[in-house]
Amino acid sequence: MIEVSHLTKRYGDKFAVNDISFNVNEGEIVGFLGPNGAGKSTTMNIIAGYLSSNDGNVKVAGFDVLENPIEAKKHLGYLPEQPPLYLDMTVKEYLNFIYDLKGTKLKKKPHIDEICELIKITDVYERVIKNLSKGYRQRVGLAQVLIGNPEVLILDEPTVGLDPKQIIEIRSLIKHLGKKHTVILSSHILPEIQSICERIIIINDGHIVADDTALKLSNSLSEDHRIIARIAGPVDAVYHNIADIKGVHTVTNLGVKEEGTADFSIETTNNVDIRKQLFNILADKKWPIMSLETGAMTLEDIFLKLTNNDISPEILSHTELNNTEKQPQKESE
Amino acid sequence: MSAIFKREFKAYFTSPIGFVIISLFSLISIFLFFANNLAGNTMDLSGYFTSVIILYAIIVPLITMKLMSEEKRQKTDQCLLTSPISLTKIVLGKFLSAFAFFSITLSFPIIFALILNAYQPIELWVFIGNIVGMLLLGSAYVAIGLFISSLTENQAVAAVGSLVTILLFIATQLLTYLVSGLYTKIPGLSLLTSNENVNTVINYVAVIPRYSNFAIGIFNLADALYFFSIAAVFIFLTVRVLEKRRWS
Repeated sequence: MIEVSHLTKRYGDKFAVNDISFNVNEGEIVGFLGPNGAGKSTTMNIIAGYLSSNDGNVKVAGFDVLENPIEAKKHLGYLPEQPPLYLDMTVKEYLNFIYDLKGTKLKKKPHIDEICELIKITDVYERVIKNLSKGYRQRVGLAQVLIGNPEVLILDEPTVGLDPKQIIEIRSLIKHLGKKHTVILSSHILPEIQSICERIIIINDGHIVADDTALKLSNSLSEDHRIIARIAGPVDAVYHNIADIKGVHTVTNLGVKEEGTADFSIETTNNVDIRKQLFNILADKKWPIMSLETGAMTLEDIFLKLTNNDISPEILSHTELNNTEKQPQKESE
Repeated sequence: MSAIFKREFKAYFTSPIGFVIISLFSLISIFLFFANNLAGNTMDLSGYFTSVIILYAIIVPLITMKLMSEEKRQKTDQCLLTSPISLTKIVLGKFLSAFAFFSITLSFPIIFALILNAYQPIELWVFIGNIVGMLLLGSAYVAIGLFISSLTENQAVAAVGSLVTILLFIATQLLTYLVSGLYTKIPGLSLLTSNENVNTVINYVAVIPRYSNFAIGIFNLADALYFFSIAAVFIFLTVRVLEKRRWS
């Protein structure tokens, strides 16, 4: 559906996008992941035909966006980072304008009504966009994308600035849209990409550093099989008992994180699952397991690993917020 | 194209700007009518029309200032430029909406003509000549304003820039007076200004001499073409600016 080959965009001497190639098949939901300034928005702007590339080409539904822009754009809906809303119009006027602008052939009233119903903006339909909250504006932006029912949707950070409830709603909406449309979605929030997208493309510094499914990415990059367990019991005794389990090759005491418990990092030889044994042994001794986590790499870890030291503070803080449990593991590395 | 035209034209009236422009225009316009015709005791509206050539240099930039600059500032151009519509159509839609709004202001001289006509029949063809001349002049002004508006994100900068550019077109004529006055004093210039061709060129690009034929009811194709080509060139340049933005 989308073919991007050897795409390059320069601003002066600086490469915003450097020789990027990928294909997106029909019906896929692809997540674009990268730190700020990695080239996500630039790539999306080029696909949408807003910017041109210095080199390489982009085809949407078989039409080259530079040679045949009008045809390519007919198959495409684009939501830029800041939704392109005319603040002085009502939602109704705006959607009608977009309908006319795109020269949509579908029946006007039912089509717009259907989209409003889907995006849940029917109750603000008559209101002036200027007076709408950020969340509603974002939705109107999304409604604009869907007018004309384009096959390809390009959404640039669609959940930025929304409250948690709205984020969940928009995410499930995008997932729903993914059933009928091909979607490219960018974000720097990893759980978001993980929860919506089947396939993930990670860009850093204008290059693609990874392109695979979330599961495969995580498997291929995690070298060790590791469990983090928090166990309430005498530290030394627990340590020795775990170390005696067959298949365990290293146990590391990560220290006390919670009163009366200790955290252990348990590494096993290839693909041995010791969780059942661990439970049985500890249950016999009446040392309860307070938490147990498999240490396969999360997207955060993969992301940090791939993009290495070039990470925006935003992502770091996000990582810390979501992954307080992971900190010990990183320290032990 | 019609979608953009409708939106832009409506936008003049959903914000105060349209009403402010018309009020401002009517105020000065009525004064000019009073001064030229009522106080001057004449049936001839040409004096009024020649005066509004300068007035429109202020009014038209107000009409066109937001056309492209506001799109860029609000980032709504991303929506227009990624829609299946050509740049030329976007620009033409905007041009036509501003031109339509400009045409509304021509209702004032029509009202004035009706008032005068109540006393004694006016010279219809002279009046029509003036209106046609105004439409052509307006299209040139609007295209200049549209072009300047595409160069900036700031409405005020667009307005002032358009005002200056339009005044330059008007002022080229003053240049001839200036130069012909100077050449007697500065010997180096005499060579230049004694040259007939220089004066011809200046007269070619000046607005007021071009308008003077319309003012007396003569439709000269060359004059019409002059205004028409200014409009066409600046519309073309605006399309190029949008095109260039994509490549920068």
